Amino acid sequence: MLANILVVDDSAVMRQMVSHTLTEAGHQVTAAKDGQQALTIAGKQKFELVLTDVNMPVMDGLTLIKKLRALPQYQFTPLLTLTTESSAEKKSEGKAAGATGWIVKPFQPEQLLGVIQRVL
Amino acid sequence: MSNDLDQFHAIFFEESLEGLDTMESGLMALVPGQINKDSINAIFRVAHSVKGGSGMFGFTEITSLTHIVETLLDDIRSEKREIQQPHIDLLLLSVDCLRDMLENQKNGEAHDSQQIISVQQQLEALLADTELPKPPADESVAITDKNPDTGDRWLIKFAPHPGMLRTGNDPVLMFKVLEMSAPLDVQVNLSQLPEFADLDPQSCFLSWQITLSANANREEIEEVFDWVEGDCELEISLINAGQPVTVKQLPGSVSPDAPISGKSAEEPPATIPENTHTPPGGDLSVTAPSSDADDRRRPRSDRRQTDRRSPALPQDSGSIRVNIDKIDDLINLVGELVITQSMLGQFNDDSSELDLQKFLDGLEQLERNTRELQESVMQIRMLPMSFSFNRFPRLVRDTCGTLGKKAELLLMGEQTEVDKTVLEKISDPLVHLVRNSLDHGIETPDVRLAAGKRETGTLLLNAFHEGGNIVIEISDDGAGLNHELILAKARENGLIGENEEVPEDQIYNLIFQPGFSTADTLSDLSGRGVGMDVVRRNIRDLGGNVSIQSETGLGSTVTIRLPLTLAILDGQLVKVGAQTYVISLVSITESLQITPQQLKTVNGQAALFKLRDEYIPIIKLSDLFGIDNAVSQLTEGLLVVVESDNQKVGLFVDDLLGQQQVVVKSLETNFRQIPGVSGATILGDGRVALILDVAGLTQSHFDQKPTPGHTINAAA
Repeated sequence: MLANILVVDDSAVMRQMVSHTLTEAGHQVTAAKDGQQALTIAGKQKFELVLTDVNMPVMDGLTLIKKLRALPQYQFTPLLTLTTESSAEKKSEGKAAGATGWIVKPFQPEQLLGVIQRVL
Repeated sequence: MSNDLDQFHAIFFEESLEGLDTMESGLMALVPGQINKDSINAIFRVAHSVKGGSGMFGFTEITSLTHIVETLLDDIRSEKREIQQPHIDLLLLSVDCLRDMLENQKNGEAHDSQQIISVQQQLEALLADTELPKPPADESVAITDKNPDTGDRWLIKFAPHPGMLRTGNDPVLMFKVLEMSAPLDVQVNLSQLPEFADLDPQSCFLSWQITLSANANREEIEEVFDWVEGDCELEISLINAGQPVTVKQLPGSVSPDAPISGKSAEEPPATIPENTHTPPGGDLSVTAPSSDADDRRRPRSDRRQTDRRSPALPQDSGSIRVNIDKIDDLINLVGELVITQSMLGQFNDDSSELDLQKFLDGLEQLERNTRELQESVMQIRMLPMSFSFNRFPRLVRDTCGTLGKKAELLLMGEQTEVDKTVLEKISDPLVHLVRNSLDHGIETPDVRLAAGKRETGTLLLNAFHEGGNIVIEISDDGAGLNHELILAKARENGLIGENEEVPEDQIYNLIFQPGFSTADTLSDLSGRGVGMDVVRRNIRDLGGNVSIQSETGLGSTVTIRLPLTLAILDGQLVKVGAQTYVISLVSITESLQITPQQLKTVNGQAALFKLRDEYIPIIKLSDLFGIDNAVSQLTEGLLVVVESDNQKVGLFVDDLLGQQQVVVKSLETNFRQIPGVSGATILGDGRVALILDVAGLTQSHFDQKPTPGHTINAAA
């Protein structure tokens, strides 16, 4: 299913690479550089999937996810974290915030596409 | 597939190098004992981003080193470790190492493994009491179950908790992904489903039993359910072929043809249906198992990218960040231009007589638009000096450390804007001059105290606009230039004769001669005699000049003057014969007519002109360029006195034409380099005018003809 996807990461290179991969696969992608910007954009437009980095300035990824879950239109939306850490601690932190799941960095573009099929 | 990501390399390097700059200034601002949470987090995030990005591209060495740095920073930010000076120093060292690694990676050069190992060991030593987690790039994925024989099957019992849907996970999609590993069938259990009236559609009351061909392996299955661990009941077991499939019929589970009964409790054991069964919500079609799963298993180590760079990627950042306001201005101005153009175009259409005044007004407007547009466009290429200045705090800190000196760096005029190319090319000369000041100018603390000065010296970098140029001053309150020492060294290196006298204002010029150096030992910094003449040459290449003022005991100031842009020149047009030449206004000190009394000849040949107290050599451009029909009598033409690096010559021309701004076109790229000429331009009438290389002409004149008492011979 092709979707409207929001990608959030403070690294421009990550934003560009992930957007590129998703766009090539036919999705519609919007990018934001921190949680605050993402939240504003998400409020104005409905996304079917949100991919967010965790460590970002202004508002981090987990806070973003918490706030998105509080919005009625995002209660069931897949929200995935892009994280370099896969410890159990981080996983439960993510889930506690309301994340659907996680993708561990670094990843190959094909991996990304494969993984999001679980939720799109 | 990896080629697809190569296009992002350039951005990664740019972003990472910028990040390292931020990290560096952040680290330098840290005070041991006092921790600013925001600063530490910002520093941490840089390491984190570089690690993430380099991991994506497979730059494993960079990833490994950054990982350790990140670990240390993580300890600090979570307050497991208190930050001390050695930490800061080591982190700064790591920044240097990473910078080098990024540059090497960018340029396709080998890493300096010595440097890397050294930094890594120091970091590891510091972290010695903490267990170092392995960098993710090295994680290998262990396959725990070998594929069972065909015919065996996996039995998966999956019962989500009611709230599982709120995590954004969707069982249907999960099953679809599962199906990519192997064909499956699914049975749904509706027993927990409440009556419709009581049904909360946002909760999950269904559970499933899935059988999957054992072509799939356990890993793949577990991965699909990875995210919902804890939000469901999950059981995965292997059923061997030949075993009767005793599927525990859960109360209320439905086989495809049975009517939906809701809460019936007893059902005979049934064989698993061949066809897939539709769970609520979607269709599952049988698809061939895909090999995607295998790809996910590929060990990460073979993703190591080649170190060879594709030649297409630029070495230098050929891009510039521009404030969007500047672009908006530009768009506005172009709009105005279009309006003017269409207004002028109207005169073409009008069948009535041309209203000359209106037309002239229109042309005037056009000139205004063009000028504004030109200024606006040049603005785009301008960057503030801070881009260059920002490397100096670190440089001063490190250099002082090496030399055992104390100096405070003051920066002024960092917002002064200058053309990007000029900025890039002036950086190295500035570095050299700053090092010089610290090395030769600023004295050691005890010497300073003995001289009644503050222990910490002051180094000032100041940039400002003046008369169409940018001026950069490097001042120090050090010992100033020592005349005796300079003369002695010049004599020693054969730059001047043993007994030759040099007028005071020429002494500093000696420093700029190749082969000059006052350092007793060749300190790595600026002792090598190649320094200052290269500095001057670089500055000259930019169309600028450099001079020194100094007072013994009080300090020195080096002043660099540069044009704001290399593309446009304010020029004086001159006529020689039938030719028109352009002389940069900045280099002209005065123009005058010669009287016979002021003329002197030396050796019967070279003509000198007495200008107040000085004798200035005359260069006849007609002779130099072989032009006929030019004025030859020195008293009948004009002399344009130009100056370059404290040396003056008079250029003899027929006449002065106007002054105007000219666009500099490179002769080199269009033809070839010609001595005496630095470029060319096209005049309003379409003719080409050559731009004179004043500095070059001056230099070569003095190289050839030693004029007693005036000039210094440059060492050959």
